[in-house]
Amino acid sequence: MIQQIVFSLLTLAVFFVAGRQFWHIRNKIFLGKAEPIGGDTGKRWKHVLLVAFGQQKMFSNWIPAFFHLCIYVAFLFTQIELIEILLDGFAGVHRFFAPILGIFYTLIISTIEVLSLLAFVATLVFLVRRNLLQVPRLSKPEMKGWPALDANLILVAEILLITGIFSMNGADVLLQQLDPAHYPDTGRLLISSFTGPALFGALDTQTLVVVERFGWWLHILVVYGFLLYLPFSKHLHILLAFPNTYFASLEPRGAMENMPEVMQEVKVMMGLAPETSGSDTDELPDFGAHDVFALSRLNLLNAYTCTECGRCTAVCPANLTGKKLSPRKVMMDIRDRADEVARTIAASDGKLHPKNYDDGKSLFDYISKEEIHACTTCNACVEACPVLINPLDPILKLRRYEILTQSEGPAEWLPMFNSIENAGSAWAISDPRDQWTTAS
Amino acid sequence: MIKIPTLAALAAESKEAEILFWVGCAGSYDARAQKVSRALAQILTEVGMEFAILGNEEVCTGDPARRAGNELLFQMSALQNIQTLDAYGVKKIVTACPHCFNTLKNEYPALGGTYEVIHHTQLLQELISSGRLVLKGGGAFKGKKITYHDSCYIGRINGVYEAPREVLEALDADLVEMKRCKTKGLCCGAGGAQMWKEDEPGDKRINVERSDEALETGASIVAVNCPFCMTMMTDGIKARDKQDDVMVFDLAELIIQHNAQ
Ligand code: SF4
Ligand code: SF4
Repeated sequence: MIQQIVFSLLTLAVFFVAGRQFWHIRNKIFLGKAEPIGGDTGKRWKHVLLVAFGQQKMFSNWIPAFFHLCIYVAFLFTQIELIEILLDGFAGVHRFFAPILGIFYTLIISTIEVLSLLAFVATLVFLVRRNLLQVPRLSKPEMKGWPALDANLILVAEILLITGIFSMNGADVLLQQLDPAHYPDTGRLLISSFTGPALFGALDTQTLVVVERFGWWLHILVVYGFLLYLPFSKHLHILLAFPNTYFASLEPRGAMENMPEVMQEVKVMMGLAPETSGSDTDELPDFGAHDVFALSRLNLLNAYTCTECGRCTAVCPANLTGKKLSPRKVMMDIRDRADEVARTIAASDGKLHPKNYDDGKSLFDYISKEEIHACTTCNACVEACPVLINPLDPILKLRRYEILTQSEGPAEWLPMFNSIENAGSAWAISDPRDQWTTAS
Repeated sequence: MIKIPTLAALAAESKEAEILFWVGCAGSYDARAQKVSRALAQILTEVGMEFAILGNEEVCTGDPARRAGNELLFQMSALQNIQTLDAYGVKKIVTACPHCFNTLKNEYPALGGTYEVIHHTQLLQELISSGRLVLKGGGAFKGKKITYHDSCYIGRINGVYEAPREVLEALDADLVEMKRCKTKGLCCGAGGAQMWKEDEPGDKRINVERSDEALETGASIVAVNCPFCMTMMTDGIKARDKQDDVMVFDLAELIIQHNAQ
């Protein structure tokens, strides 16, 4: 009874706090500009199904894809067990589904056990890879400190979770024989029917009960800890990957987003459109982006979905050749800036809001001009991202801000701009444009 | 010297062209890329295609300006081009520049200019497979190792990987792939208006990194499909002092060389 009350109160508290945290994340994403989400809904669902659910893009590299899949599928299946734990916990019963599902129960729990074992191996592999092997994409400067700890914490939590599962099941197998009235038959579990007797065979009933309860509570506490921790972690991708792949752009990859406001102005200049009245008294809007408010919600959703895996950075030609640009860092910087903005707004007692926000800082305090100047727009990062994040889009928005709003940018671009404007050619050459037809 | 009509000249005789050859700034002014323009024009002439150019009415598509962030300048160029193209009722465009290709195909529609745009490697592949372009000669490239560099704007960005490779196969060449190819192809370093500026500070130039990879294949020819890749790969190979052993050619030039023998 006490367990039941403790469990229920704890569960409600965790769900309440976690719900609030997720709401904060949603608000941070909504700091960005709304944008129309058009196109074929069927294609969007296909992305969700193949890329998020089916992990399609992970499989461009088989080895990490396989181990990641082990953890992922184990995670999915454990949700079934979690439902039972919740039911048991609230109702004060034990293994609610066992008598109802019979042989299927044995099957499901055995599957979970096998997957957990695979996940255990995968977790060890990942821990070794992160900490002993020097994988370049996991040891870049932006990964120092919290991002590295974040990754390790989750791996340790995974090990605790699996410890919980096998303690709980192993002790249960023995208790089923000692006290069948309270411990319903689960059938022969594929792994625990061996590991249970082997590990806990020497223990008396009293201790077995404690071990079983320890495993059960460890399992649910790790899950709750994870839930509360998620909003502060790169592991948010396990949830956000789904909306992120759904909302990913369906436009051709090579098309930069059109700026209708600029187009209108140019049309007026060229006499292609009538002047709109009163437009010259209006203040010119900022073009491009220098802060989260001018980015799109999709850009921010991208930033919160980023798993910091660095597949983008590992293929970035600029980064590969030692330049400062790292598409992963761009995504992390956008997220960190959004966090900072949200914190400052929350601490301002309602004085600050997105419309009047000014803390003297901008995205350029996180991302240097040198970084954005190094991009070749090659789209390798876009291609590489397993969850369809587009790091190039915000880079180009920052460039637009620099050129159009600040009138700055690399001096070497000026002759090119001047030449296009005055001579219609990217190089200032005075020959007629069809000169090439006559020379040989 | 090849005589290529302009759309203006054809219009004066109330004639139309089957296809517009969009030459682009590099194809018009860069000495090396001019050769590619001439090679393509020669092939199109030989197969009897009725094509034309815009000549002095063509202006930069605006790609480098847009990617540098200068949307205003891009819009000016683009709207001017769209006006010209629409005035002549242009429907189909071929270009030897992947950047022009991408901008005309993917970006002009949002500004009101919609055309059927193909890249010259696609057109060449079509001409070969339909039998309109006959590859004669004794196999100048038979057994010769050629590596193919996927430009970002034709490859990863527009998904054209096979057509150029089929052309190389038709030339009977021994195609050797670089470590990073197709979707994973490495940029030559020129895109995104980098062509007009120095690399940012780093350990290595991007074009040298890519040229090293091409050299590793042991191929004696690097086939490209883009005037910027052409410059970058040529410079990269020169930086390794291999310009006498390894040559960089566009696919159109390879076809001409093949048929000349
Ligand atoms: S598009 Fe830019 S950031 Fe992305 S990989 Fe290419 S150079 Fe790097
Ligand atoms: S943007 Fe994508 S590829 Fe890059 S680190 Fe984030 S999740 Fe990985």
